[in-house]
Amino acid sequence: MEKKTCLSLLVENNFGVLSRISGLFARRGYNIDSLTVGTTENAEVSRITITVTGDEQILTQIKKQLNKLIDVITVIELKPEDSITRELVFIKVKADDTNRTQIVQICNMFRANVVDVARESLVLEITGTRDKIDAFFNMIEPYGILEFIRSGDTGLQRGANVLSY
Amino acid sequence: MIPLLASKLILKCLEKENVEYVFGYPGGALLPIYEAFRSSNLKHILVRNEQTAPHYASGYARESGKVGVCLATSGPGATNLVTGIATAYLDSIPIVAITGQVNRDLIGTDAFQEADITGATAPFTKHSYLVKEAKDLPKIIKEAFHIASTGRPGPVLIDIPRDVQLENVKNGSDYEDIHILGYNPTTKGHTGQIKRAIKKIKNADRPVIYAGGGVLLSNAREELIKFAEKNSIPVITSLMGIGAFPEDNPLYSGIVGSHGYEYSNVVMNQADLIINIGARMSNRATFKLKDFGEEIDFIHIDIDPAEIGKTIETNVPIVGDAKNILSDLLEQDTANDHQKWLDQIAQIKMDNPLVYDAAPPCSDLINPKVLFRSLSEMTSDNTTLVADVGLNQIWSALYYHVNKNRKYFTSGGLGTMGYSIPAGAGARFATINQDRQVFIVCGDGSFQMSMGELGVIAEHQLDVNIILIVNHKLGMVRQLQCDTYGKGHYSGTDINYDIDFMTLAKAYSLEAFEAKTNEEFNEIAPKALAHKGPTLIICQVHPDFIRI
Repeated sequence: MEKKTCLSLLVENNFGVLSRISGLFARRGYNIDSLTVGTTENAEVSRITITVTGDEQILTQIKKQLNKLIDVITVIELKPEDSITRELVFIKVKADDTNRTQIVQICNMFRANVVDVARESLVLEITGTRDKIDAFFNMIEPYGILEFIRSGDTGLQRGANVLSY
Repeated sequence: MIPLLASKLILKCLEKENVEYVFGYPGGALLPIYEAFRSSNLKHILVRNEQTAPHYASGYARESGKVGVCLATSGPGATNLVTGIATAYLDSIPIVAITGQVNRDLIGTDAFQEADITGATAPFTKHSYLVKEAKDLPKIIKEAFHIASTGRPGPVLIDIPRDVQLENVKNGSDYEDIHILGYNPTTKGHTGQIKRAIKKIKNADRPVIYAGGGVLLSNAREELIKFAEKNSIPVITSLMGIGAFPEDNPLYSGIVGSHGYEYSNVVMNQADLIINIGARMSNRATFKLKDFGEEIDFIHIDIDPAEIGKTIETNVPIVGDAKNILSDLLEQDTANDHQKWLDQIAQIKMDNPLVYDAAPPCSDLINPKVLFRSLSEMTSDNTTLVADVGLNQIWSALYYHVNKNRKYFTSGGLGTMGYSIPAGAGARFATINQDRQVFIVCGDGSFQMSMGELGVIAEHQLDVNIILIVNHKLGMVRQLQCDTYGKGHYSGTDINYDIDFMTLAKAYSLEAFEAKTNEEFNEIAPKALAHKGPTLIICQVHPDFIRI
């Protein structure tokens, strides 16, 4: 059975590390739903969050193949029950004097922010889980979405557990 | 410390890794390194095309157990290495490939002879480095050899820009402290899994050991023989596992796979426990095997966790080095009486005999099966046979007996034609003063892919015997065309030009022999074997002889 899984990786900041990882997915035919990269407290180490869809066997292979890359220090699965994941989204929506207030009200309910205001549009910023963002999209869609960008999931384990190396 | 030119430092670092030979081809981006060779103890072997350099390194590595090294310039030199690197990757052979690169400030500008070789080889290198600063060289070279030779071995590439080679370095060639955060292969088997394996082995009625190239790579041959004999378990090998278990051992039960022995596939299909030691279960190997259902227990020992469960579900996964794990298993009481099973295997073998017969017109010329059987009887216990890819590979794999200390090398995973001449030469360089016979076996197709390397063999007067099977056809593809589309449906598999190989041999001053019948072969082969120095033995086989 296919499922969506969120993986968290620590990698060494070496030349070509991102292309090694994306190349691995491409050549083994695995699909990346999203991928985010950022720095960590150690300048030589980066943290990558990847969401993938696949059955159990594929997910196990993905984890094993990632672990085989020399630059990959550690790979864990961010399970929903013991981790937090969030996504950042910007949505540019049609808005004018007739409906701007309504849109702002929806934003307040979702704790989304208005980050750009123009005569005929608004840019909204929302952070949250996939469910929350889907619900927000559902509410905003009728006003006319001009374009949007989703950052992809990023996350951490709950509690005092840390990815160590 | 006195500053040292990076190009000299590179060679110094290689010497520290006990490198003896570098198989290479020079070029603009390697000028500093080639200048440094003039004052180095390393032996540089000038190959005749970069494409063969990794194969030399591979043959050398497989024969010596050390890391093989090849060298090529930037751009086309580097891209010429690609197939050889992929060949080594698929067969898990430890080699280090060094490439020159354009100056750092030119990288990314499509400069003359610039190619992104780390990018191009990423899918089939175990790891690669682009050296940005000369001071990192000792660390990178140390790590490269460590990564290539430990865990599951494989090729590592180091790309060195020309201006890096010209820097002066103060930190010397000493770098001992290997600490790679993301690399720590498991070599010791998990005790819990080993316990589970013991239980399965004890309870099995029809166990089979399936030995792959991993047994040879971990040098676990002796342990495997002891383990099999102690528990009277039959041993089947993969193509890469040939030589992991001596064929004259009564427990030897052949080679599995699409081109293996029929009886071995039948035996494997009747087993109730398969103990896979260092084999990948590739599609070629499992071609004639039924789907392993739940009634079969499957123990998989492999140093690469990603191989376990990749193509076949495993009940008992044991990650680690085959030698360690077999030693652990040897300490346990797993012995069981398998006489009934062994009798059954003997019967299967009788029911699926090897077929040597050939009818005219095939029988008018050499029968290659008989040829390899007789060669088996003529050669010493210390023989390495390096086969190419195609019918020559399968005939020699099936009919040449890899007994005692004999070895059999071939490009098993990638199936790279043109492998045998350079890999055989590499194996000979590794045993240059040793009492060992080296045979190179190829067809007239594969021979022509690497025949430029005869120049190297002649130059160094390498004591190798090249058995050239001439049938004027690309035999194995022809066999596939016949099987797939029917007799006569041949396309692009004729080598129409009849080369005079005797004259070619003369051009390289090789001692050449020609045989048109098995009797003639039996007459000339001892002469060729007795000859010190390279020989070419031309064996005429009928084009329609396409059966294995």
